[in-house]
Amino acid sequence: MTIGKIRVPLFCSLFLWAALWEVVGQSGASFIIPPLSAIFERMAEIVPTASFASALWITAKAFLLGNLIAIGLGVPLGVLMGRSIIADRIFLPWVNLFLSAPLTALVPVIMVIFGLGETTIIMTVVLFAVWIIVLDARAGVRAISPSLVEMARCFGASRWQAFSKIYLLAALPEILAGIRLGMIRAVKGVVIGQLLVSIIGFGKLFELYSSRFLMEHFWALLFVLFAFAFTLNEVLAWLERKLDYYAAARQ
Amino acid sequence: MSAVAATVSASAAAMVRVDSLSKVYPGGVEALNSVSIDFPEGQLTTLLGPSGCGKTTLLKIIAGLLPASQGSVQVDGRPVTGPGPERAFVFQDFALMPWASVLRNVGFGLELRGVARSEREAVAEKYIIQVGLAGFEHAYPHELSGGMRQRVGLARALAVNAKVLLLDEPFSAVDEQTRRKFQEDLLQLVAQERKTFIFVTHSIEEAVYVSDRIVLLSRRPSRVSSIVEPAIPRDGGTEEIRRNPVYLDTVEEIWQSLRQYLD
Repeated sequence: MTIGKIRVPLFCSLFLWAALWEVVGQSGASFIIPPLSAIFERMAEIVPTASFASALWITAKAFLLGNLIAIGLGVPLGVLMGRSIIADRIFLPWVNLFLSAPLTALVPVIMVIFGLGETTIIMTVVLFAVWIIVLDARAGVRAISPSLVEMARCFGASRWQAFSKIYLLAALPEILAGIRLGMIRAVKGVVIGQLLVSIIGFGKLFELYSSRFLMEHFWALLFVLFAFAFTLNEVLAWLERKLDYYAAARQ
Repeated sequence: MSAVAATVSASAAAMVRVDSLSKVYPGGVEALNSVSIDFPEGQLTTLLGPSGCGKTTLLKIIAGLLPASQGSVQVDGRPVTGPGPERAFVFQDFALMPWASVLRNVGFGLELRGVARSEREAVAEKYIIQVGLAGFEHAYPHELSGGMRQRVGLARALAVNAKVLLLDEPFSAVDEQTRRKFQEDLLQLVAQERKTFIFVTHSIEEAVYVSDRIVLLSRRPSRVSSIVEPAIPRDGGTEEIRRNPVYLDTVEEIWQSLRQYLD
C-alpha cells in the first residue's frame, strides 16, 4: 500500500486500530473495553508475577507434552493409513469426524477420565492437535512417487528402513505442515482445556479476572496468548519454508 | 545378410530365464501372454514394442516388484519371488531421494545392506567417477540436470554390484543430445562391466544402437513376436555404428515389423 509516494508496510494498519481502541477506551463507552495503554501497563504488571510464571510453566509443559504425544501417535498412524488400505478404511472416517467435530464438547469427557488436573490439559492438547497431523502425514505418504517406494523395495529395504529412510523423509513437508497446523490447534486446546478445568494455569487466572471484572487484566492475558500463538505460527511457517525446497524438487 | 533370426540359440548361458510368463492385472487387463525369453549372461538385451505392450510389466516381474499370474522367472538358476541383491533397477523417473546428496543416493543400496559408511562411500565415489559425475558428490538431485540425475540412478544400480541390471526406459526423460551421449556411455559400460543388462525402450534407433539382442514384443497381451540380433561391429568406435549399413537396415527392418501394430 502506498500513501502519496511513501510505501506503508501492511502492519501499520494495526496502529490505526490501536489508536481507535485507545479513543474508545478513554471515552469510557464500555467497561469491557479499557484503554489500550492501560492494558499494556497491566501486562507489564502481570507478566513478572509468580502466578503468571506458574501458569506459563503449566501451559508450556502441557503444550509441549501434548504436541509430542500427538506427533508420536499421529505421524505413525498417518503413515500407516497412507500405506495400508485396510488401516485407511478403518481409521479415516474417525479422523475426518474428529477433524471437523466441535472438540470443546469432548473436553468434559476427558475431565471425567483424567480428572481436574494437568493430565486433562495435556490430553486436550492431544485431542485438538492429533487429527490434522494424521491427515497430513497420510496425504504426504500418498503423494510419495511410486517409483521411490519401488526403489526402496528393489534395493532391499526392510519395512522399518522403508518407514524411516523413505516414507518419513519423503512425506516430511506434509508432515511438518500437519505439525504446524496441529500446533495452532494445540494453542486452542491448551487454552480451552485450562478454561474448562479453570483451577490451574491460565484458566485459573482467566476465571479470577473475569469473575472480578478485571477487564484490563483479562485483555492483557489474552494479548499475551495471542502474541504467543502468532509468534509460534510464524516460527513454524519459517521452518517449513526452509524445508520446502525438496518438496518442490520432488518428481 | 539378415539380422533377423527367429530362433537364436544363445551362445552364452542364460542368466535370466523367463518361462511361459503371463500377467493379468486385477480388473482383467491381460498384459503378458505366455512369454518365454532367455537373457544371455554378459549381454545387453532390449525389450522393444509398441507403447503399452507390457515391456515395463515384464521388467518389473523380473525385478520381483510385481507378481506373475502364471509362469516363472529364474535369475542365475534361482526362481524369483521378490526383489533380490543380484538384480538392480534403473528407473525411468530416476527415483532419487531429493533430500540426500549424490554420494548418499549412490550408496543407498549399500546403506540398506548395512555396509559401513566409509566403505560404502568409497564404493559410491568409484561409481560416481565412472558415470562421469566426479565433483558432484555433495550436490543434491534438484541441482542436477535430468541427464545427470539418471547418471546418479545408474551409479546407484552399479554400486550394489548386481549381476543383472534392469533399465526401464532410462533415457526417455532426458533430452536428445544427452541421450546420445548416454547411449555411447552405456555401450562402454556393457563392455567394461561383465553384467547382464535388460533394457526397455520404445525407441528403435536406441535399441539397435545399444543392444546385443532385441526382443520384439507384440501388442497387448504381449507375446514375443521375434528376436533380432543386430550384427553390428562394436569395435569401430561409437560414432561409426550410426553410419553402419547394418545398423540402418536393422532399424528399417524392425520398423517394418512393428508398424503393423500401429493400425
